[in-house]
Amino acid sequence: MFMYIPFIKYRKIFYCLSGLLVIASFAAMIFFGLRFGIDFKGGSSLQVEYSQKRPPLEDIRESLKEVGLSGFSVQLSGEKGVILKAKELDEEMHQKVLAGLEKLGDVKSGSESFQSIGPVVGRELKEKTKKVVFLALFAILIYIALSFRRVSRPIKSYIYGIAGLIALCHDVFIPLGVLALLGKFYGAEINIPIITAFLTVFGYSINDSVVVFDRIRENLLKSGHLPFEEVVEKSLNQSLIRSVNTSFTTLLVLLAIFFFGGQTLKLFSFSLALGILLGTYSSICLAAPFLVSFLKARNKKA
Amino acid sequence: MLGQKMYIKLIIILALAFFGFALVFPSPFNKTIACLNKRVLHYTGIKAPFFPVVPFKLGLDLQGGSYLVYEADLSKVAKKDWSERMQGLRDVIERRINFFGVREPVVRIEEGGGRKKLVVELAGVKDVDEAIKMIGETPLLEFRREAERENSSGTQKEEMKVSFVPTKLTGQYLKKARLDINQTTLEPQVLLEFDKEGAKIFRQLTAENVGKRLAIYIDNVLISAPRVQEEIKGGKAQITGRFTLEEAKKLVRNLNAGALPVPIKLISQTTIGPVLGRLSLEKSLKAAVIGFLAVAVFMILFYRVSGFFASLSLLLYGLILLSLFKLIPITLTLAGIGGAILSVGMAVDANVLIFERQKEERKAGESFARTISIGFSRAWPSIRDSNFTTLLVALIMFSFGTSFVKGFALTLGLGILVSLFSALFVTKTLLTLFVDSKIEKIKWFWV
Repeated sequence: MFMYIPFIKYRKIFYCLSGLLVIASFAAMIFFGLRFGIDFKGGSSLQVEYSQKRPPLEDIRESLKEVGLSGFSVQLSGEKGVILKAKELDEEMHQKVLAGLEKLGDVKSGSESFQSIGPVVGRELKEKTKKVVFLALFAILIYIALSFRRVSRPIKSYIYGIAGLIALCHDVFIPLGVLALLGKFYGAEINIPIITAFLTVFGYSINDSVVVFDRIRENLLKSGHLPFEEVVEKSLNQSLIRSVNTSFTTLLVLLAIFFFGGQTLKLFSFSLALGILLGTYSSICLAAPFLVSFLKARNKKA
Repeated sequence: MLGQKMYIKLIIILALAFFGFALVFPSPFNKTIACLNKRVLHYTGIKAPFFPVVPFKLGLDLQGGSYLVYEADLSKVAKKDWSERMQGLRDVIERRINFFGVREPVVRIEEGGGRKKLVVELAGVKDVDEAIKMIGETPLLEFRREAERENSSGTQKEEMKVSFVPTKLTGQYLKKARLDINQTTLEPQVLLEFDKEGAKIFRQLTAENVGKRLAIYIDNVLISAPRVQEEIKGGKAQITGRFTLEEAKKLVRNLNAGALPVPIKLISQTTIGPVLGRLSLEKSLKAAVIGFLAVAVFMILFYRVSGFFASLSLLLYGLILLSLFKLIPITLTLAGIGGAILSVGMAVDANVLIFERQKEERKAGESFARTISIGFSRAWPSIRDSNFTTLLVALIMFSFGTSFVKGFALTLGLGILVSLFSALFVTKTLLTLFVDSKIEKIKWFWV
């Protein structure tokens, strides 16, 4: 397979493409907003399966109103399932709602899933999440700066860190935009599993960038006399197959989870897969070219 | 032909594979052993031991169960007593759950935002509402003493308002409660017996408050406030209130099951029905197998025989990981399985890196043996760096706290570590087997 893709030469195309996607994602986030699930907002979610016939939506709504519930939403799931979302329910209310649903039809025993989370818990979780995200980002930046301290020419080691972070932001904003879209049109909610997926994408995206930088570093040490741009171009093409293959195997696995792994993990595997796909793309088409652009810009000033 | 070191390595690999298999799928092995025992036992006196049948420990979201979070109201307790009270609370709740026969409950203390919480995990409980009710019915037992009151300069007509302040003596020190009938008044009363710590505290309380009243509060309701006659050394007290016989009996039963030292409130509840749990388990296992097969097929297609060895080492990796899950043991949750499956994809990473390096060295004309050693050694810095970042993130996630994130980070981290072993040790050994062999010469076998 003798391909030579001039990534650096055509970097402006990649910049434009990525730039557009990021702007579109921002727009989606601003106009549609991010839909957070009950893990963060608090509230309750009740799910049951009927064993024979599922009662019509209107009847269910009536029954819930009778019990005194307001401000709720009912969804039909699959063929026999019902998902109810409301504000926090105490145990007494929970039992009343359940009894009402059971009166309408034969609820399969053992099929009930219920979750009720107080608003305080949700708030705390939000705070905790923010802390963890910043901690992770910080740790990653330090790690990159440290591992590249030997290669200080022609650009300082922390520039690699910045390049990695730019790629990371790109890999996170675009899926967030997609989530905003999915939230608006499909009711997809951001809960703890999605945050977990994003944290994993952090690790993976930097992972990928580091491998590419690694190759650049090695080639710089070997052929330091060659112009920087050429070294980077060569490194990218050398590590292309490797990058694609490693992501591909992980993606294969994630696809398996998405299609066969059950409803609960669908959004999780989707976000993770999207993040990893973007991670591979950004390491090669954004992070490395950024190094070159930075050098060029700095030399122009000098 | 093969060096001694190679033999040792091979034997290690085969042994790991054998035990891994036996631990994860013990029944065929045990059946064979039973057969062998019957026949061979005749002649020798030796019986081969069976492989331990260790089941997987399933988390709440796979076997069904409840996850309850209670917040403890520590507003009336001095900060230095907080952890002691929380410990007492934990013990009381656990005792109560055990008393009502819940299998393997997990009760632990958590802290968040300066508030202390109690987390109760009830696996496989059929009636969660029963469990919640029983926890909710735990009575709050407090002994309160008279507050210091100002000397009133008023007239005798003014009623001295008595207010009570909390003391250290609460339900956690209660050893036993007993029903008794007062001989003279024929009224039912409840006799309390404190444990050693409680007896000490009670003695001190009574000593300090002779002539004053000690109030007994249950669930924040004043039940009775007898005047202390003298210091009580025996650690026994009696409650006389206006009980009916039924009320007294119920109180005794409840107190014996455990009395709370602080009030608690249920702030979060997650229940997964066992039907959903089993469905999740089946589906994720299916996904795991399919994912594994897909990766193996890809590796073989792309890297041919090397890919085949990588798949073998992947299989071994799977067995080792599952055995570790059983042995440690690690509670498998949906997130945990997700993390394990993900680590499969990443495990292959290391192999891909090595094989790509090998391709390069091959192109540069190196011998087969050299491509192996150079491939592995040159690829190591990349492998180390890239897996390290993921491990770092996993570590940070693990300290996050929520059980979902923890389970995921744990299996992901463990998976990465084991996969490093399988890629570096196992694949390399398998490949080195073929150095200087006829098979090595067959060009299209390799990349």
